[in-house]
Amino acid sequence: MTEQGTTHVIEVTINGRLYSRTVEARQLLVHFLRDTLDLTGTHIGCDTGSCGACSIILNGKLVKSCMMLAPQADGAVIETVEGLANDGELNPLQESFSRNHGLQCGYCTPGMLMAGTYLLRENPNPTEEEIRRGIKGNICRCTGYVNIVRSIMDVAGGHGAEQADGIVGEEQR
Amino acid sequence: MSATSGSKAATRERVESWSGQSIPRKEDGRLVQGEGSFIDDLGLHGQGYAWFVRSPYAHARIVSVDTSAAVALEGVYAVLTGEEAREMCVVPFFQIAPGDGARIEEWPLAVDKVRYQGDAVAVVLADSRDTARDAAELVEVEYEPLAVVVDGVEAVEHAAPVLHEKAGTNVAWHGVYDYGDIDFALEHADHVVKIDRLHFHRFSSTPLECNGAVVDWDKGSGVIDVKSNIQMPMFAAMVIGPSLGVAINKFSFSSRDIGGAFGNKIGFYPQIAALALLSKKAGRPAKWTEYRTEHMLSSTHGNERTFLDIEVPVMADGTILGVKARAVDDVGAYLHYEPLGAVIWSQVLTGCYKFKNVKVDFTSALTNKCPVAPNRGYSRMQQLWMLERVIDIVAHELDFDPVALRKLNFVQPEDYPYQTPNGCVYDSGNLPLSLDMALELADVETWRRRQSEMGTGTGKRIGIGIGSTLDSGTNNFGQARIVNPDLPFSGNGEAAFAKLDLYGEVNINVGTTPQGQGHETTSAQVAADILNMSPNDVTVTIGFDQAHNATVGFSGTYASQFAVTGLGAVMGATAKLRDEILEVGAFALQAPKDDLELRDGACLVKGDPSRSIPFIGIANLIYTNNAMLPSELSSRIDLNCRYVYIPPFEVPDVERKMGNLTLTYASQIHVCVVEVDEETGVVEILSYVAVDDCGKRINPQIVEGQVHGAVGLGIAAALYEAFEYDEDGQLQEPSFYEYHVGTAMDIPDIRTGNIESPSPFTPNGAKGMGEGGGAAVHTICSALQDALGKDGAIVFDSHNTWERVYQLLQSSQGNEPRGVRVISREGGAA
Repeated sequence: MTEQGTTHVIEVTINGRLYSRTVEARQLLVHFLRDTLDLTGTHIGCDTGSCGACSIILNGKLVKSCMMLAPQADGAVIETVEGLANDGELNPLQESFSRNHGLQCGYCTPGMLMAGTYLLRENPNPTEEEIRRGIKGNICRCTGYVNIVRSIMDVAGGHGAEQADGIVGEEQR
Repeated sequence: MSATSGSKAATRERVESWSGQSIPRKEDGRLVQGEGSFIDDLGLHGQGYAWFVRSPYAHARIVSVDTSAAVALEGVYAVLTGEEAREMCVVPFFQIAPGDGARIEEWPLAVDKVRYQGDAVAVVLADSRDTARDAAELVEVEYEPLAVVVDGVEAVEHAAPVLHEKAGTNVAWHGVYDYGDIDFALEHADHVVKIDRLHFHRFSSTPLECNGAVVDWDKGSGVIDVKSNIQMPMFAAMVIGPSLGVAINKFSFSSRDIGGAFGNKIGFYPQIAALALLSKKAGRPAKWTEYRTEHMLSSTHGNERTFLDIEVPVMADGTILGVKARAVDDVGAYLHYEPLGAVIWSQVLTGCYKFKNVKVDFTSALTNKCPVAPNRGYSRMQQLWMLERVIDIVAHELDFDPVALRKLNFVQPEDYPYQTPNGCVYDSGNLPLSLDMALELADVETWRRRQSEMGTGTGKRIGIGIGSTLDSGTNNFGQARIVNPDLPFSGNGEAAFAKLDLYGEVNINVGTTPQGQGHETTSAQVAADILNMSPNDVTVTIGFDQAHNATVGFSGTYASQFAVTGLGAVMGATAKLRDEILEVGAFALQAPKDDLELRDGACLVKGDPSRSIPFIGIANLIYTNNAMLPSELSSRIDLNCRYVYIPPFEVPDVERKMGNLTLTYASQIHVCVVEVDEETGVVEILSYVAVDDCGKRINPQIVEGQVHGAVGLGIAAALYEAFEYDEDGQLQEPSFYEYHVGTAMDIPDIRTGNIESPSPFTPNGAKGMGEGGGAAVHTICSALQDALGKDGAIVFDSHNTWERVYQLLQSSQGNEPRGVRVISREGGAA
């Protein structure tokens, strides 16, 4: 039912793998990830860019993937929650979320992990206040944020940031 | 599925008891990798995407619905209207309400009339989400707007427009709860404190994952497969089954991971019924993923309650004799699970306090607003908030110390088991100790000093608040009969299976629908203790599935009961399995059963580990080698053990509204310190402490997480979140732009303390504790009241935005009526 001229062919590198797909001009990036590529780890919690469940790292920046159209991501390098662990081996930030009970229902968790990953890359030694500012665009309704802040704090500090990472594509370093 | 490697190492150690350990959760491995299975992650071959057509009007007659343009759009499979849905149904949804309320007709989609903004008039199925949305916009609905009522108190006045003509009234339920002799107490008390009006506002916990379902009405088998994130699947089946003319065994409800629910996911069974009919009409599965604004408009709101004409008799020493009030609950446009809220509050009739005289005149009112349904702390937090406001206002007006006043009136440690005036039994606790612990953790002495040093002229005020709350858990469904004596409900329960599988694997199924409470982990902990093995080696099936048959009518996750009913069922089933394993072991090892023990997945003779048989050997004898066994054994044992835990309840006395309505009473005592800016009304939380007592904790870290979460929701509700309607019934906060959900900048770090008063009534000493009783709402209001100071305005609303705080500060300076009066008996003190 798509009319001529309303589709685009895009190429996107996600978690190190190149995808080439034809997409509708109006498709949201988050729907491209979830529905077209079946990368369902990235979630949707609102329609207004308020909740951060769809947070990904795009060309090195933390973005909400419901606030972009898929064609706008053409040529981009994207990191999603699926790229954090190494063949099932959790990275330190993921480990910390589990150890500190930084998740309950787990729905906000992918977005929180991406926000935390970005935060620790930008600021390896954040204060509690800086962590709170770093995740203020991500809503969690289960934890009161207490253990999420503790989870990020636990891997921060000195070596924490490098440990927390381990997923950075060469191209962004 | 790989679990967290760190946690595996941690849980390999041999411990005395797995219960009581904060082991990392079994759920976490998949969830931190984005490998959870939430509702929008699921689908079926050939599915279409559903989109509801919803009313822009709060109250209107449906003149016509024209679907022709929508049907003509390429990619559209079917459009279902309200009228068609009614024709496909046998009867409307059954109503819990008696009398007038029982005559309310609700169908899967609105028929003839819409009654709130967001009421669904039609639903479209198409080949993609976008096509479905496009088609929904092409459905032409002509409305004739009607007068609107958005206030519960106004709705039950004579002149108000009636929502449901067949009911003939907006009063969905009315009853009087009367215990002791409140009039005598009011007559003879030294003081009577009168409060004109207190208002508990409308909000909800807005789980981050919206509602959703994939529904397939299979033509061949007649089975309706419902994959969804609904919290009480069997309740949904009971409501919609008769309406659709479908037997319960033709439903196949299942769920996987659920992205938060908080009670809000109990009430969306009309959508599931509509999707079932849509699937039937289109001949293919219907997938629906609610979007945020749709959720805010038409999913579930929490109960909005107005308390009027509150009278509190108080003796000179501060002893509170009782409370008298009228309560009007605004339940919205339809009764979803309501009017159960009209009785559930009475589980905490007197809250943490010992007074004996209570009279509450309670009305459930229909309004042109989103239907309410359970929201964390359902119906109890409104009552608890009112009682805490009463305590603080009494302290404020009569110059009592709010700490001393609470301690004087608390149920005391030696009173347990304590029977309330309406027959509820508080199982255990220590409220004074909990309060002392909270005050100490918050270092209230220092804050009081700072408060007095701050003085006037600084532009800042400090307020110290206390919230004393009960978190009642494990409903006695017999209380439904207090609302409607004809309802065939009583008791409660949950089912579980424990199975030893073919190669010796231990598997648990339980009928709950967890939404982050860690049921897989705690189930494995209690099962591991019974089988004397690691919880890592116990698999707990993810999610709910009717096909597992681990269900009873009450199955689900709601009302703070998993630790009692869910784990009670798991413990019972696992104990049966242990016994069967030992019986087979006794045959295999040729030793008396009493001489055997289980250890790390094997059955062995005590003191002689050389004589042992691993679980795989036990399973082999039952599943694939049964000719080895005497028929007496093989005919009796199948290593597949079902157990239903049933809490000890009796049917309440409906006439007197008396009975034990809930099995356990966890307590939450919170203390917080706020700083209020006089010029702006901005509130900053300087310190927040929560002390909980939920009896024995199976996994303390999970318990603490529940406390944090409840505090977070409560703070956000008290300061930020509200669903408000204008006079036309238009919701003012239909998205997360307008509805300010608390963020990491709004919710402070929370210090927790814990007291453990085991419940004598539960199989494991635990109490349900997931809801938290709305403690933070009371605590913030209490702190604001304290900041307003002597002769200041009264905090009369549960919702206190900075603007409202500013107004309260302003009115404190004027001579505006404060809505509170004290009448003191001659010769009485003060």
